Amino acid sequence: MSKRTGMPTVNAGSMADIAFLLLIFFLVTTVIEVDEGLDRMLPRINKDTAIMDRLKKNVLSIFLDSQGKLLVDDVLIEPDVLQQTAINFIDNGGALTSDKDFCGYCLGKRSSKSSDNPKKAVISITSNRETSYGAYISIQNEVIAAYNYLRNRESMRLFNMSLKDMESLYQKPNISFLVKLELREKINKIQLLYPLNIVDAEVITEKNN
Amino acid sequence: MSKFNTRNNNDLPEVSTASLPDIVFMLLFFFMTVTVMKDNTLKIENNLPNASETKKLEKKDRIIYLYIGKPTKEFQKIWGSEPRIQANDKFIKVSEVGDYILSTKAKMPENIRNVMTTALKIDKNANVGLISDVKQELRKVNALKINYTTYQGDAFANIE
Repeated sequence: MSKRTGMPTVNAGSMADIAFLLLIFFLVTTVIEVDEGLDRMLPRINKDTAIMDRLKKNVLSIFLDSQGKLLVDDVLIEPDVLQQTAINFIDNGGALTSDKDFCGYCLGKRSSKSSDNPKKAVISITSNRETSYGAYISIQNEVIAAYNYLRNRESMRLFNMSLKDMESLYQKPNISFLVKLELREKINKIQLLYPLNIVDAEVITEKNN
Repeated sequence: MSKFNTRNNNDLPEVSTASLPDIVFMLLFFFMTVTVMKDNTLKIENNLPNASETKKLEKKDRIIYLYIGKPTKEFQKIWGSEPRIQANDKFIKVSEVGDYILSTKAKMPENIRNVMTTALKIDKNANVGLISDVKQELRKVNALKINYTTYQGDAFANIE
Protein backbone atom coordinates (compact mmCIF):
# COMPACT_ATOMS: atom_id res chain seq x y z
CA MET A 1 0.00 0.00 0.00
CA SER A 2 3.07 2.25 -0.38
CA LYS A 3 2.26 5.56 -2.04
CA ARG A 4 3.67 6.53 -5.38
CA THR A 5 5.49 9.78 -5.58
CA GLY A 6 3.31 12.67 -6.71
CA MET A 7 0.73 15.01 -5.32
CA PRO A 8 -0.74 13.88 -2.02
CA THR A 9 -4.48 13.43 -2.27
CA VAL A 10 -6.72 15.78 -0.34
CA ASN A 11 -8.87 13.99 2.16
CA ALA A 12 -12.41 14.17 0.85
CA GLY A 13 -13.99 12.54 3.85
CA SER A 14 -15.49 15.76 5.12
CA MET A 15 -16.98 16.68 1.77
CA ALA A 16 -20.24 14.96 2.71
CA ASP A 17 -20.46 16.96 5.94
CA ILE A 18 -19.94 20.23 4.10
CA ALA A 19 -22.60 19.29 1.56
CA PHE A 20 -24.98 18.33 4.36
CA LEU A 21 -24.47 21.71 6.01
CA LEU A 22 -25.28 23.48 2.77
CA LEU A 23 -28.29 21.24 2.22
CA ILE A 24 -29.68 21.94 5.68
CA PHE A 25 -29.12 25.66 5.21
CA PHE A 26 -31.21 25.58 2.03
CA LEU A 27 -33.86 23.43 3.65
CA VAL A 28 -34.50 25.94 6.40
CA THR A 29 -34.24 29.18 4.46
CA THR A 30 -36.31 28.29 1.43
CA VAL A 31 -39.89 27.26 0.72
CA ILE A 32 -41.48 25.49 -2.20
CA GLU A 33 -43.44 28.26 -3.83
CA VAL A 34 -47.10 27.91 -4.77
CA ASP A 35 -47.49 30.12 -7.79
CA GLU A 36 -50.75 29.05 -9.30
CA GLY A 37 -54.38 29.71 -8.58
CA LEU A 38 -57.75 30.81 -9.88
CA ASP A 39 -57.64 34.13 -11.69
CA ARG A 40 -60.65 36.35 -11.18
CA MET A 41 -61.57 39.94 -11.92
CA LEU A 42 -63.56 41.87 -9.34
CA PRO A 43 -66.35 44.08 -10.67
CA ARG A 44 -65.87 47.82 -10.66
CA ILE A 45 -67.43 49.50 -7.67
CA ASN A 46 -69.86 51.67 -9.63
CA LYS A 47 -71.25 48.75 -11.63
CA ASP A 48 -72.76 47.15 -8.58
CA THR A 49 -76.30 47.03 -9.84
CA ALA A 50 -75.53 45.62 -13.30
CA ILE A 51 -77.04 42.27 -12.39
CA MET A 52 -80.35 43.73 -11.22
CA ASP A 53 -81.83 44.38 -14.63
CA ARG A 54 -81.12 40.90 -15.98
CA LEU A 55 -83.96 38.57 -16.72
CA LYS A 56 -84.37 35.81 -14.20
CA LYS A 57 -83.90 33.07 -16.77
CA ASN A 58 -80.48 34.46 -17.66
CA VAL A 59 -79.21 34.14 -14.12
CA LEU A 60 -78.14 30.91 -12.46
CA SER A 61 -78.03 31.59 -8.77
CA ILE A 62 -75.81 29.41 -6.66
CA PHE A 63 -76.10 29.62 -2.90
CA LEU A 64 -73.61 27.97 -0.58
CA ASP A 65 -74.58 27.78 3.06
CA SER A 66 -72.34 27.47 6.10
CA GLN A 67 -72.67 23.68 6.19
CA GLY A 68 -71.38 23.36 2.64
CA LYS A 69 -74.85 22.60 1.24
CA LEU A 70 -75.39 23.78 -2.28
CA LEU A 71 -78.57 25.35 -3.62
CA VAL A 72 -78.84 26.03 -7.34
CA ASP A 73 -81.93 28.03 -8.28
CA ASP A 74 -83.36 27.06 -4.88
CA VAL A 75 -82.91 23.33 -5.48
CA LEU A 76 -80.52 21.32 -3.33
CA ILE A 77 -77.94 19.54 -5.50
CA GLU A 78 -74.75 17.56 -4.97
CA PRO A 79 -71.51 19.44 -5.67
CA ASP A 80 -70.36 16.95 -8.31
CA VAL A 81 -73.24 17.71 -10.66
CA LEU A 82 -72.69 21.45 -10.45
CA GLN A 83 -70.30 21.53 -13.39
CA GLN A 84 -72.78 19.83 -15.71
CA THR A 85 -75.60 22.06 -14.44
CA ALA A 86 -73.51 25.13 -15.22
CA ILE A 87 -72.59 23.81 -18.67
CA ASN A 88 -76.25 23.13 -19.48
CA PHE A 89 -77.19 26.59 -18.32
CA ILE A 90 -74.49 28.53 -20.19
CA ASP A 91 -74.73 26.50 -23.36
CA ASN A 92 -78.52 26.49 -23.49
CA GLY A 93 -78.89 29.08 -26.26
CA GLY A 94 -82.61 29.61 -25.76
CA ALA A 95 -83.01 32.60 -28.08
CA LEU A 96 -84.99 32.01 -31.26
CA THR A 97 -83.33 31.78 -34.66
CA SER A 98 -84.86 35.06 -35.70
CA ASP A 99 -83.64 36.81 -32.57
CA LYS A 100 -80.46 38.88 -32.66
CA ASP A 101 -79.24 36.99 -29.60
CA PHE A 102 -79.43 33.66 -31.41
CA CYS A 103 -76.50 31.45 -30.46
CA GLY A 104 -75.34 29.51 -33.51
CA TYR A 105 -72.57 27.57 -31.79
CA CYS A 106 -74.49 26.49 -28.70
CA LEU A 107 -75.23 22.79 -28.40
CA GLY A 108 -77.61 22.97 -25.45
CA LYS A 109 -81.27 22.04 -25.17
CA ARG A 110 -82.48 25.49 -26.34
CA SER A 111 -85.06 25.57 -23.59
CA SER A 112 -86.96 28.82 -23.28
CA LYS A 113 -86.73 28.65 -19.50
CA SER A 114 -82.93 28.82 -19.38
CA SER A 115 -80.36 31.31 -20.69
CA ASP A 116 -80.71 32.97 -24.11
CA ASN A 117 -77.08 33.23 -24.98
CA PRO A 118 -73.71 32.59 -23.27
CA LYS A 119 -73.03 36.33 -23.49
CA LYS A 120 -76.15 37.05 -21.47
CA ALA A 121 -75.91 34.14 -19.06
CA VAL A 122 -74.74 35.17 -15.61
CA ILE A 123 -73.78 32.87 -12.79
CA SER A 124 -74.20 34.46 -9.40
CA ILE A 125 -72.51 32.91 -6.40
CA THR A 126 -73.84 33.81 -2.97
CA SER A 127 -72.70 32.49 0.36
CA ASN A 128 -73.07 32.93 4.08
CA ARG A 129 -70.44 34.79 6.03
CA GLU A 130 -69.74 31.56 7.89
CA THR A 131 -69.15 29.47 4.78
CA SER A 132 -65.66 27.98 4.70
CA TYR A 133 -63.29 29.31 2.08
CA GLY A 134 -62.43 25.78 0.93
CA ALA A 135 -66.02 25.07 -0.06
CA TYR A 136 -66.28 28.46 -1.74
CA ILE A 137 -63.19 27.77 -3.84
CA SER A 138 -64.58 24.38 -4.89
CA ILE A 139 -67.68 26.09 -6.25
CA GLN A 140 -65.64 28.75 -8.03
CA ASN A 141 -63.49 25.99 -9.46
CA GLU A 142 -66.45 24.03 -10.78
CA VAL A 143 -67.97 27.08 -12.46
CA ILE A 144 -64.65 28.02 -14.06
CA ALA A 145 -64.28 24.39 -15.14
CA ALA A 146 -67.65 24.62 -16.89
CA TYR A 147 -66.52 27.70 -18.82
CA ASN A 148 -63.18 26.11 -19.64
CA TYR A 149 -64.92 23.02 -20.98
CA LEU A 150 -67.10 25.10 -23.32
CA ARG A 151 -64.25 27.33 -24.42
CA ASN A 152 -62.12 24.30 -25.14
CA ARG A 153 -64.86 22.75 -27.22
CA GLU A 154 -65.18 25.86 -29.37
CA SER A 155 -61.44 26.23 -29.63
CA MET A 156 -61.10 22.63 -30.86
CA ARG A 157 -63.89 23.21 -33.38
CA LEU A 158 -62.62 26.52 -34.75
CA PHE A 159 -58.84 26.22 -34.51
CA ASN A 160 -58.31 22.52 -33.87
CA MET A 161 -56.22 23.34 -30.81
CA SER A 162 -57.15 23.38 -27.16
CA LEU A 163 -57.28 26.70 -25.34
CA LYS A 164 -54.71 25.50 -22.83
CA ASP A 165 -52.23 24.69 -25.61
CA MET A 166 -52.78 28.11 -27.17
CA GLU A 167 -52.23 29.84 -23.85
CA SER A 168 -49.08 27.90 -23.04
CA LEU A 169 -47.76 28.58 -26.55
CA TYR A 170 -48.49 32.26 -26.05
CA GLN A 171 -46.44 32.27 -22.84
CA LYS A 172 -43.39 30.78 -24.54
CA PRO A 173 -40.59 33.32 -24.90
CA ASN A 174 -39.18 32.18 -28.24
CA ILE A 175 -42.17 32.64 -30.54
CA SER A 176 -42.32 35.50 -33.01
CA PHE A 177 -44.38 38.62 -32.59
CA LEU A 178 -46.71 37.81 -35.49
CA VAL A 179 -47.55 34.37 -34.17
CA LYS A 180 -48.21 35.91 -30.80
CA LEU A 181 -50.57 38.46 -32.27
CA GLU A 182 -52.50 35.78 -34.12
CA LEU A 183 -52.75 33.67 -30.98
CA ARG A 184 -53.94 36.65 -28.95
CA GLU A 185 -56.69 37.22 -31.49
CA LYS A 186 -57.79 33.59 -31.41
CA ILE A 187 -57.82 33.47 -27.61
CA ASN A 188 -59.81 36.70 -27.45
CA LYS A 189 -62.33 35.34 -29.91
CA ILE A 190 -62.90 32.22 -27.81
CA GLN A 191 -63.18 34.28 -24.64
CA LEU A 192 -65.81 36.47 -26.31
CA LEU A 193 -67.86 33.45 -27.33
CA TYR A 194 -68.10 32.38 -23.70
CA PRO A 195 -67.40 35.40 -21.50
CA LEU A 196 -66.77 34.60 -17.85
CA ASN A 197 -69.86 36.16 -16.28
CA ILE A 198 -69.51 35.18 -12.67
CA VAL A 199 -70.92 37.53 -10.08
CA ASP A 200 -69.96 37.28 -6.45
CA ALA A 201 -72.99 38.76 -4.86
CA GLU A 202 -72.77 40.23 -1.39
CA VAL A 203 -72.61 37.64 1.32
CA ILE A 204 -75.57 37.16 3.56
CA THR A 205 -74.85 37.91 7.18
CA GLU A 206 -77.36 35.63 8.72
CA LYS A 207 -79.99 33.36 7.33
CA ASN A 208 -82.79 32.21 9.55
CA ASN A 209 -84.24 28.96 8.39
CA MET B 1 -0.98 -4.37 3.98
CA SER B 2 -0.70 -7.34 6.23
CA LYS B 3 -1.69 -5.28 9.22
CA PHE B 4 -4.76 -4.08 7.38
CA ASN B 5 -5.77 -7.58 6.47
CA THR B 6 -5.40 -9.06 9.93
CA ARG B 7 -7.52 -6.44 11.54
CA ASN B 8 -10.47 -6.91 9.29
CA ASN B 9 -10.06 -10.56 8.80
CA ASN B 10 -13.39 -11.72 10.15
CA ASP B 11 -15.39 -8.51 9.70
CA LEU B 12 -17.57 -7.56 6.77
CA PRO B 13 -15.87 -5.24 4.30
CA GLU B 14 -16.72 -1.61 4.89
CA VAL B 15 -19.30 0.10 2.68
CA SER B 16 -17.64 2.72 0.58
CA THR B 17 -18.83 6.21 1.46
CA ALA B 18 -16.97 7.85 -1.39
CA SER B 19 -20.22 8.53 -3.27
CA LEU B 20 -22.00 10.03 -0.27
CA PRO B 21 -20.96 13.62 -1.09
CA ASP B 22 -22.28 13.16 -4.63
CA ILE B 23 -25.62 11.97 -3.35
CA VAL B 24 -25.88 14.85 -0.91
CA PHE B 25 -24.89 17.32 -3.60
CA MET B 26 -27.59 15.96 -5.84
CA LEU B 27 -30.15 16.55 -3.09
CA LEU B 28 -28.73 20.00 -2.52
CA PHE B 29 -29.06 20.97 -6.18
CA PHE B 30 -32.59 19.60 -6.27
CA PHE B 31 -33.61 21.83 -3.37
CA MET B 32 -31.75 24.82 -4.78
CA THR B 33 -33.64 24.60 -8.05
CA VAL B 34 -37.19 23.89 -6.85
CA THR B 35 -37.37 26.25 -3.88
CA VAL B 36 -37.17 29.99 -3.43
CA MET B 37 -35.96 32.06 -0.51
CA LYS B 38 -38.54 32.76 2.17
CA ASP B 39 -39.59 36.38 2.12
CA ASN B 40 -42.42 36.35 4.60
CA THR B 41 -42.50 34.54 7.89
CA LEU B 42 -46.06 33.38 8.26
CA LYS B 43 -47.70 34.14 11.57
CA ILE B 44 -50.88 32.42 10.51
CA GLU B 45 -51.99 28.96 9.50
CA ASN B 46 -52.03 28.77 5.76
CA ASN B 47 -53.42 25.53 4.37
CA LEU B 48 -54.36 26.50 0.85
CA PRO B 49 -57.35 24.78 -0.78
CA ASN B 50 -57.14 22.65 -3.92
CA ALA B 51 -58.43 23.56 -7.36
CA SER B 52 -58.06 21.95 -10.76
CA GLU B 53 -58.57 24.91 -13.11
CA THR B 54 -55.52 26.83 -11.94
CA LYS B 55 -53.43 29.24 -13.94
CA LYS B 56 -49.82 30.06 -13.30
CA LEU B 57 -49.07 33.44 -11.81
CA GLU B 58 -46.93 35.69 -13.95
CA LYS B 59 -43.76 37.45 -12.91
CA LYS B 60 -43.28 38.00 -9.24
CA ASP B 61 -42.61 41.75 -9.34
CA ARG B 62 -46.24 42.57 -10.13
CA ILE B 63 -47.84 40.52 -7.40
CA ILE B 64 -48.97 41.69 -3.99
CA TYR B 65 -49.52 38.93 -1.48
CA LEU B 66 -52.19 38.95 1.20
CA TYR B 67 -52.28 36.09 3.66
CA ILE B 68 -55.42 35.26 5.60
CA GLY B 69 -55.84 32.64 8.27
CA LYS B 70 -56.00 31.82 11.95
CA PRO B 71 -52.94 33.06 13.90
CA THR B 72 -50.58 30.25 14.88
CA LYS B 73 -50.40 28.99 18.48
CA GLU B 74 -47.74 31.43 19.69
CA PHE B 75 -49.61 34.45 18.33
CA GLN B 76 -53.05 33.38 19.53
CA LYS B 77 -52.42 34.84 23.00
CA ILE B 78 -52.10 38.32 21.57
CA TRP B 79 -54.18 38.15 18.44
CA GLY B 80 -56.93 35.69 19.28
CA SER B 81 -58.02 32.75 17.18
CA GLU B 82 -60.21 34.52 14.63
CA PRO B 83 -58.79 34.61 11.07
CA ARG B 84 -56.64 37.67 10.41
CA ILE B 85 -54.97 39.34 7.48
CA GLN B 86 -51.21 39.35 7.25
CA ALA B 87 -49.32 41.61 4.89
CA ASN B 88 -45.55 41.89 4.92
CA ASP B 89 -44.81 40.29 8.29
CA LYS B 90 -47.48 42.12 10.22
CA PHE B 91 -51.19 41.84 10.91
CA ILE B 92 -53.42 44.49 9.39
CA LYS B 93 -57.07 45.39 9.79
CA VAL B 94 -59.57 45.11 6.97
CA SER B 95 -59.72 48.90 6.72
CA GLU B 96 -55.95 49.04 6.18
CA VAL B 97 -55.95 46.70 3.18
CA GLY B 98 -56.61 49.52 0.71
CA ASP B 99 -53.75 51.63 2.05
CA TYR B 100 -51.40 48.68 1.98
CA ILE B 101 -52.26 47.90 -1.65
CA LEU B 102 -51.86 51.53 -2.72
CA SER B 103 -48.54 52.02 -0.95
CA THR B 104 -47.14 48.78 -2.38
CA LYS B 105 -48.39 49.71 -5.81
CA ALA B 106 -46.66 53.08 -5.56
CA LYS B 107 -43.33 51.30 -5.13
CA MET B 108 -43.74 49.38 -8.37
CA PRO B 109 -42.29 50.65 -11.64
CA GLU B 110 -44.94 52.61 -13.50
CA ASN B 111 -45.18 50.34 -16.53
CA ILE B 112 -46.37 47.33 -14.53
CA ARG B 113 -48.80 49.07 -12.21
CA ASN B 114 -51.77 48.37 -14.41
CA VAL B 115 -51.05 44.63 -14.55
CA MET B 116 -50.73 44.37 -10.80
CA THR B 117 -52.32 41.26 -9.32
CA THR B 118 -53.30 40.62 -5.74
CA ALA B 119 -52.61 37.04 -4.76
CA LEU B 120 -54.87 35.96 -1.94
CA LYS B 121 -53.30 33.14 0.01
CA ILE B 122 -56.16 32.10 2.22
CA ASP B 123 -56.44 29.23 4.64
CA LYS B 124 -59.22 26.87 3.62
CA ASN B 125 -60.84 27.09 7.05
CA ALA B 126 -61.19 30.86 6.93
CA ASN B 127 -64.72 32.13 6.44
CA VAL B 128 -66.05 33.84 3.36
CA GLY B 129 -67.27 36.89 5.31
CA LEU B 130 -63.80 38.27 5.98
CA ILE B 131 -62.71 37.54 2.42
CA SER B 132 -65.71 39.35 1.05
CA ASP B 133 -64.79 42.38 3.20
CA VAL B 134 -61.24 42.26 1.82
CA LYS B 135 -62.55 42.06 -1.73
CA GLN B 136 -64.74 45.06 -1.08
CA GLU B 137 -61.66 47.00 0.08
CA LEU B 138 -59.78 45.92 -3.04
CA ARG B 139 -62.60 47.19 -5.21
CA LYS B 140 -62.47 50.54 -3.45
CA VAL B 141 -58.84 51.04 -4.49
CA ASN B 142 -59.48 49.62 -7.94
CA ALA B 143 -57.23 46.59 -7.49
CA LEU B 144 -59.54 44.37 -9.45
CA LYS B 145 -57.24 41.62 -10.66
CA ILE B 146 -57.06 38.93 -8.01
CA ASN B 147 -55.81 35.40 -7.82
CA TYR B 148 -56.99 32.87 -5.28
CA THR B 149 -53.78 30.97 -4.76
CA THR B 150 -54.45 27.24 -4.55
CA TYR B 151 -52.70 23.94 -4.84
CA GLN B 152 -53.26 21.91 -7.96
CA GLY B 153 -55.57 19.06 -7.03
CA ASP B 154 -59.09 17.77 -6.65
CA ALA B 155 -61.40 20.62 -5.67
CA PHE B 156 -63.88 18.34 -3.90
CA ALA B 157 -61.25 17.53 -1.30
CA ASN B 158 -62.02 20.97 0.18
CA ILE B 159 -65.55 19.98 1.13
CA GLU B 160 -65.35 17.51 3.92
